Amino acid sequence: MLTIKASEYEVLRRHGEETYPFECCGVLLGRFEGDDRIVEEVVRCGNTRADRPQDRYHIDPKELIRVQREASGKGLEIVGFYHSHPDHPAQWSQTDLAEAHWLGCSYVITSVQKIVAKETNSFVLAGENEEQKRLEAERISVLTLVED
Amino acid sequence: MSLKISIPTPLRRYTDGHGLVDVSGDSVDSALQSLLDQFPLLKQQLYTEDGRLRSFVNVYVNDDDIRYLQRTETTVRPGDTISIVPSIAGGRGR
Repeated sequence: MLTIKASEYEVLRRHGEETYPFECCGVLLGRFEGDDRIVEEVVRCGNTRADRPQDRYHIDPKELIRVQREASGKGLEIVGFYHSHPDHPAQWSQTDLAEAHWLGCSYVITSVQKIVAKETNSFVLAGENEEQKRLEAERISVLTLVED
Repeated sequence: MSLKISIPTPLRRYTDGHGLVDVSGDSVDSALQSLLDQFPLLKQQLYTEDGRLRSFVNVYVNDDDIRYLQRTETTVRPGDTISIVPSIAGGRGR
C-alpha cells in the first residue's frame, strides 16, 4: 500500500494538469514500513524527453542524485515515482514496465483528460530481479488532516 | 576522507541497508569491484551475464556521468562519491 498526505497527493495530480498535454514526472520521498511506502514529500522533476513529451518521460539522473542527497539530509528515502498519462488511462504501459528498474518502489500514474486530472493509480514494482519484475496494482491511502 | 558509493533504495537490501558504502580503488571499475567484494549479491543486479554494466544503470562520479568521462576507467580519489542511479523513465506510448 502507498500512503500519502492529501496535500502531497494534490501536488502530483496538479503537476499533470500543468504540463498537459505533456507527461509530468517526479519523485516520492518518504520511508518504507514493512511492505508499505509512506510518502512524506513529493518532488517535481523535469521531463527530459523533449523529443516526445506527450507520451514519454525521463528524469535526468543528475537531478535524481540531487533529490536523493537532499532527501538523505531530511532522513527520507526515495520510495517511488510518479508521472501522468495525458488523454490515456491511469494504467501502466509496456514502456512503463520495460523502463521501470526500482524494485520495491511505487510507480504512480495519473490520467489527465483534457487538462483535468482524473484517476490516479499506483503500482509497485515487484519481483526479485530485472528478469522477474512486474508492476502490481496497490491501494493508495490518502491521509486528510482534520483540524480541531 | 574516504571513497564512497551511494546505493539506490532498491539495492540497499543487498548492502545490509547501507545507503553509502566505503570502498577502495583508484578507478570506477576497481571501486565497483571493492563494492562487490563486500556485497557479492549486488553483481546480478548491476551486471549482465557477460559482465557488462546493465544499460539502465547510470554511474556518476560526484556530478559527472562516467559515459562522458572515461567510463569505468574514470579515475577516482578519496573524497569522491560514486552514485549508482537506475534510470527513471516510461510513458504511455509503446
